[in-house]
Amino acid sequence: MFKLPHFDKLSVTTLNLLIKNRVNDMAQIKKASAGKLGDQVRSDCFIEIELKQSGGLNIDLKSKVEVMFGDQIRSLIEKMCTFFEIDNAVISITDYGALEYVIMARFELAVKKLFPDCEKEFLPEFSAKNKYKTVKERLRRSRLYLPGNEPKFYPNAGLHKPDAVILDLEDSVSHTEKDAAQLIVRNALRVVDFYGSERMVRINQLPLGLDDLKYIVPNNVHIILIPKVETAEQIIEIHDEVNRLKKVYKVNNEIYFMPIIESALGIINSYQIAKASDKNCALAIGLEDYTADIGVQRTNEGKESIFARSILINSAKAAGIQAIDTVFSDVADMEGLRESVIEAKSLGFEGKGCIHPRQVPIVNAAFAPTEKEIERAKKIVMSFEEAEKKGIGVVSLGSKMIDAPVVKRALHTIDVALLNGILDKDWRREL
Amino acid sequence: MKMIKNAAGRMVPSEVNGVEQIPFKGIGKYKPTGNKAKPPIRTCADYPADGNKIVKDLKTALKKAGLKNGMTISTHHHLRNGDVLTNLLFDTIKSMGVKNIRWYPSASFPCHEHLIQYLEDGTIHHIEGSMNGPLGRYTTEGKMKGVGVLRSHGGRYQAVQDGDVHIDIAVIASPTADPFGNANGVTGNAACGLLGFALADSEYADQVICVTDNLVPFPCVPWQIQGNNVDHVVEIESLGDASKIVSGTTQITKSPDRLLIAEYTARFVKESGILKNGFSFQAGAGGTSLAFAIYLKEMMKEANIKARFIRGGSTKYLVEMLEEGLTDYILDGQTFDLEGVRSMRENPNHINTSPFTSYNYHGKGNFASMLDCVVLGATEVDINFNANVATHSDGYLLHGIGGWQNCLASKCTILAIPSFRDRIPVVVDEVTTVCGPGELVDVIITERGIAINPKRKDLLKAVKDTDLPITTIKKIKSEIDEICGKNPAKPKLNRDKVVAVIKWVDGTLLDSVYQVVK
Repeated sequence: MFKLPHFDKLSVTTLNLLIKNRVNDMAQIKKASAGKLGDQVRSDCFIEIELKQSGGLNIDLKSKVEVMFGDQIRSLIEKMCTFFEIDNAVISITDYGALEYVIMARFELAVKKLFPDCEKEFLPEFSAKNKYKTVKERLRRSRLYLPGNEPKFYPNAGLHKPDAVILDLEDSVSHTEKDAAQLIVRNALRVVDFYGSERMVRINQLPLGLDDLKYIVPNNVHIILIPKVETAEQIIEIHDEVNRLKKVYKVNNEIYFMPIIESALGIINSYQIAKASDKNCALAIGLEDYTADIGVQRTNEGKESIFARSILINSAKAAGIQAIDTVFSDVADMEGLRESVIEAKSLGFEGKGCIHPRQVPIVNAAFAPTEKEIERAKKIVMSFEEAEKKGIGVVSLGSKMIDAPVVKRALHTIDVALLNGILDKDWRREL
Repeated sequence: MKMIKNAAGRMVPSEVNGVEQIPFKGIGKYKPTGNKAKPPIRTCADYPADGNKIVKDLKTALKKAGLKNGMTISTHHHLRNGDVLTNLLFDTIKSMGVKNIRWYPSASFPCHEHLIQYLEDGTIHHIEGSMNGPLGRYTTEGKMKGVGVLRSHGGRYQAVQDGDVHIDIAVIASPTADPFGNANGVTGNAACGLLGFALADSEYADQVICVTDNLVPFPCVPWQIQGNNVDHVVEIESLGDASKIVSGTTQITKSPDRLLIAEYTARFVKESGILKNGFSFQAGAGGTSLAFAIYLKEMMKEANIKARFIRGGSTKYLVEMLEEGLTDYILDGQTFDLEGVRSMRENPNHINTSPFTSYNYHGKGNFASMLDCVVLGATEVDINFNANVATHSDGYLLHGIGGWQNCLASKCTILAIPSFRDRIPVVVDEVTTVCGPGELVDVIITERGIAINPKRKDLLKAVKDTDLPITTIKKIKSEIDEICGKNPAKPKLNRDKVVAVIKWVDGTLLDSVYQVVK
């Protein structure tokens, strides 16, 4: 039986306080941790916060970079404690060379485990380098997947020159790490220089994915990849929520969507999906899930998915947006990758997912027009321009008539060749 | 001990372990006169006419060699991290009660952590050689009695040849030997390829002991070590762990960023015009260097280009290039894998070399300066292109110098390095320790672009119209400051206690390593 000592000597107020504290004690967790621990961990850290009643802050830091950054890390922790109003705590940090924004995300997560209702965000300064915009139509040959909770891959990802990076909150992040990845991705969008690559985030499948949006919409995400889309309604739901958040956070830049279709139902509805929002810039296909959905093995030849891919390309083009192919999962087989891109290009795809940075240059090059295509495009454009100058309405090249779509395609080929760096910008002079 | 500022602007002691020192005077500025060291004259009358110099064990050999307190004992490092002999040698010296040995290895490895107890108990006074891993930590914390001396492979030969270091007893691990003392490294259980690092020791030491676990009847051919220089031969059960002496497979890096660096490096070599028929290069056995060699190989095949020679550290990748006819020769200083050993044994165009032929600065030329390009690593580089390989940014000794300093003499010296490792900046404002003066570093290639030494106007011009990512070292530095954090603190060092010195290839003092204060 619980017995209060010296009951008669305590004032009523003190007693109330005691009871209140006791309730708090039971309701509130005292200790929480976040981050990664282990010999293999690089560029990350593990942080444990144990709240105390008194004694101030006690920071125990073990860091690979103690000599160079030990003091900076300790002062950052103190700053965050002030921000989150933590006055008394033992904070242990095992640091494997985590960058500052990673330490911030890990610490914030530990705090939010202690105080689940805490709405405050400790945001690293938004880098001026990350304010660049995107446009609806641009090259999207290669998009490099980066697992959301693996910050070690971030700082150098853009150096491999993918057209886009995808910070992935979905399949590469385990269910227990979703909250950790949200904060890492949010901070990365603010801090990490992706060197001009388009900034994409793959959110989780709905409804979970709706919760991801507030971490990315205010932080200059360019494209939101929406996985496992099956109906137009899902796109509308995202569209409305993004618009709501844009108002809340006063975001003015355009944010586009790339629905990923990964099921039989999604394929059948793909045109409606493509038309569901004017913010859709592309449709992508995900064949691992699609082949599982129709109950077949995925093969290298891809006969089993030819229908789905054709439908998806057709839906995308009918809606006036790009069609983007799935990933090539054998990172060692560069020749297979090249062949797969050439096939995808021949079907009408304009881009492919990459799961390793070394796939990027192969994909970029294989989507580039061939020498023959460029030569023909040059002739068409030149003939057309000459005819225009002379005021001739109908142009022909050899026995073939050149009309507007032919010129349009030729100009596109020239643009793509220029973007790929395989055609000199002064090509007209060379002719 | 007085500290003097040398021509590299670094403070170095006037005296090390009681020996007066010459501060670094600039590249090619110090020209000693006089004669080389002279090993003692011997006579056949004192050696068995039947050529049998076998003694029953190491202790007997050391006794016969006149082991005394304070002597200098040398070993070589061809057995790498599989070396058992050196530990056994000092166990024996300890059992004989001898103290204050100066250990003069051509390099040390983590397996030599065993020797810390002998530094503690006074068996070993100090080390003049590389101080890696645990030995580096021990030295940097100021626990070694004497001052460590770090030399390049060429500098080690130079020191012996010039008489800066007199070796009393050389103990040469010999994977195959005969009773006369002829020895090689291409056969036997401990086959390590070659024995070039032991060459100076065999020529200049007062007493030479060959220790083998594969004794063959005279003659042991080929004989890289000549029995005519050897006093005693000892047979033991095992020289070392073969799997650690050479790795079965040398690993190419899988890191996408290192691969990018390797690709930039190969493209630089091609597009700067270095890659042409009859050219030569050297690249180490690190993951990035191996990947560089593979990219370069593809480019050579594509352009139908053949090298005249490649300098090893050989690996199976260089061996493939030799066997596919992409080079006439491999001139090899050490073999890193089993394929390298096999090739050296079987292929007459896979040549063993020594620090004398390749690296010695006090000779009538050497191979290093003839190389068209060399690809090296570094722990740090600074905005003046000075580079460090010996210490880490926390002040601790980390690596030996190896052939690195000597290779800087090549026509185009490329450091292929990441701009930072985890959060540790590699490009810094000032290196912790200068091992290579910036004027010899021509190009720094990182994943963030290629910085060419402004002094190399010819190289800048050669790549002007290429689409290589040419940048400046300062731009790279400011980029990684953004990433890692500005103003990283420097290690706390006790400037009053020099724990080791860095020799330049000519024997002058280039820099000092100080005690780290914890």
